[in-house]
Amino acid sequence: MVQPSKITISTSPFLHHRDTTPKIMWEVVYTLVPVFLAAFYYFGLSALLVSVAAIAGCLATEWFFDKNAQRGASLRDGSAMITGMLLALTLPPGFPMWMAFLGGVVAIGMGKIIWGGLGQNIFNPALLGRAFLQAAFPTAITTWEAPDGQYLAARGTNLALPFFQGETVDAVAMATPLAQMKFSQQATPVMDLFLGNISGSLGETCGVVLILAGLYLAWRKIINWRIPVGILLAVGVLSGALYLIDSQKFASPVFIALAGGLLLGTVYMATDLVTSPLTPKGIWIYSIGIGLLVVLIRVWGGLPEGVMYAILLMNAATPLINKFTRTRVYGY
Amino acid sequence: MQNTSTAIGPLQTFRHGVHPEEFKELSCNSRIERMPFVEEYILPLGQHIGAPSKAVVKEGQRVRRGEMIAEPGGFVSVALHSPVDGTVAAIDLFDQPNGQMAPGIKIKTDPFSTQKLAVNLPTPPENLTTKEFIAAVQQAGLVGMGGAAFPAHVKFSIPEGKSCKYLMMNGCECEPFLTCDHRVMVEYAGDLIDGCEILQRFVPAEKVYIAVEANKPDAILVLREAAKKSRLDIEVVGLEVKYPQGAEKMMISAILGEEVPAGKLPLDVGTMVSNVGTIVAMSQYFRKGLPLIERVVTVSGTAVKRPANVLVPIGTPMRQVVDYCGGLTHPSPRMLLGGPMMGAVQKNLDVPVVKGTSGILLLTDQEVQDINTLNCIRCGRCLDACPLFLNPARMGALARKGLWEEMEDYNVLDCFECGSCSFVCPSGIPLVQSFRVGKAMIRERKAREKEG
Repeated sequence: MVQPSKITISTSPFLHHRDTTPKIMWEVVYTLVPVFLAAFYYFGLSALLVSVAAIAGCLATEWFFDKNAQRGASLRDGSAMITGMLLALTLPPGFPMWMAFLGGVVAIGMGKIIWGGLGQNIFNPALLGRAFLQAAFPTAITTWEAPDGQYLAARGTNLALPFFQGETVDAVAMATPLAQMKFSQQATPVMDLFLGNISGSLGETCGVVLILAGLYLAWRKIINWRIPVGILLAVGVLSGALYLIDSQKFASPVFIALAGGLLLGTVYMATDLVTSPLTPKGIWIYSIGIGLLVVLIRVWGGLPEGVMYAILLMNAATPLINKFTRTRVYGY
Repeated sequence: MQNTSTAIGPLQTFRHGVHPEEFKELSCNSRIERMPFVEEYILPLGQHIGAPSKAVVKEGQRVRRGEMIAEPGGFVSVALHSPVDGTVAAIDLFDQPNGQMAPGIKIKTDPFSTQKLAVNLPTPPENLTTKEFIAAVQQAGLVGMGGAAFPAHVKFSIPEGKSCKYLMMNGCECEPFLTCDHRVMVEYAGDLIDGCEILQRFVPAEKVYIAVEANKPDAILVLREAAKKSRLDIEVVGLEVKYPQGAEKMMISAILGEEVPAGKLPLDVGTMVSNVGTIVAMSQYFRKGLPLIERVVTVSGTAVKRPANVLVPIGTPMRQVVDYCGGLTHPSPRMLLGGPMMGAVQKNLDVPVVKGTSGILLLTDQEVQDINTLNCIRCGRCLDACPLFLNPARMGALARKGLWEEMEDYNVLDCFECGSCSFVCPSGIPLVQSFRVGKAMIRERKAREKEG
């Protein structure tokens, strides 16, 4: 008689959809691969160094705080990997590696673990990590360099020692399209924005890859299509209205949509399952709120870019939105 | 299949729901086969919802096949009949499919009998009053054969002040694996139409709908053909293949485009819903005098050698039904009664088939995989799955903290435990199980408050 090695006690339903949380997370990771390839294409080795540092910071922190019997088991769900990748995509290519690593530590430690781990956080961990970096290293995170075609040359600042900034000697500093718009009212050609031949963070240059990734994720129902649609609609309507009022002073809606981190934030960060609302009505409120905040910050705020704060602010509102947008139950 | 699917015409459905793998191909083309008689039968007295039947036979007494052995124990109760010619071996406590020991009658089969039905043809329905009809259905031992086993005559009795405009025959069979209703519709289409005509005499509905999911195109076409000859206005409706399409409320929404108000019954929207098997059994009682002593059971799963649809006498030990289907192919299968979405686990093959047994499933890891439970990632898939538009994610979080009252505020009592939320949950959270617990806690508290 064979003795059972394990007794399973379960109740209905006994069938399960093939998607599991780790599968969903890893699928998001795979869709990020082309985005990274674009970043490597434009920024070369620097992009790789920054990415490795940010991802390493996230994975190490996740491993360190893992409560599972087998330490590191939680790395398998892929969520720390996503956070690391997304954080890297929000950083400039010349960013010192030690800072990127520290950003990863904060993203996972303060953005996720402290709230209770997977699914428990209120703020998107990657954006929280970036917000920390923005506060701690305001100069380094706003030093942008143009894609220079020197694939193998690490930018001097990448290898700066901990607690040092490094010096930008040979790199060509260049304002981002949003900064050019904000501070000198100069718009970048749309085609450059679309293909990514501009200065900016690793992941905010090539629009076309992000759009394709977003379409795929929405088709796979991994992200809720209402979020990108809501954000882009709100951005389009508000910035379109401003553009109609004064096309000299305000940027065109197409420029607003393609420049900066809007697409990256729309596809990968606002759609974060954990930090976006549950109910359909709530999702509309949340996504339209993000869109409006982005335009408000970009146009009237002190910063050229507003996607990060817009998403974080709406993240903060999500529990309230969930509470006040109850679903209508069948038969009531 | 392209031709048949265009022949079915446009499909209707409800909002939300899920698409589990169907596994129907294992048994959907096997004709119903009659199970040979076995040596012993065990007939539990409480096979239905309501008061148990009361035994009217004594130990050692000879009984005929189809003879009443227990009478209804009240209005919400039905009669019970012997499935074979034989002797009453014992009236005692026996293991039940629900895991309990409960009173039942054990009958030893007479090995020399020809097992002809002891026919007492009832009065033809054409000559009955409504009251007599209800009594006859109760005498026939008829219960809802979709699984709930609610006495049919109680459902057929329309309370004063209510009226029934539509009769709905539920042939959706949205549970994966199960094909018994499918085969019954194909092979007993005439009896089903006849049963509708009988019922319509006493429940004067204007229209009869027969609802069938589109994965049973043969049943739809056969029934449409059979319905042509009927005096009634019968529409055979093709419904989209989606779980839980066969839930009463979902079917009504799909066909009438109307919601059943919370806490109300289908009759409140002028509809009476019945499983197709029940109506076929009713026709057979009135036309052939056959009380509910046998039913079609789907035996399926990869752990059984020969999946089949078997016409089994009520009371047959499940072990013998499984042996009839070639026995097990796996040493420790997972055994379920009913479908895999709402069915119950069964640990013991030595229990009888009862009136509510629609399927005996023997599954292996090929079909059932346990997934690890992780934290909720608030993906909202459960909200998109729930056919009642509840918020399972929120209710699951409340259940974990034991906040039963808040769960009630989120309408957990409306949940009919279809399991769609647990099915889609990527973190493998046993949502529906936590709602069962929550509902039980809320009911207990209410009962206690009532007592004072």
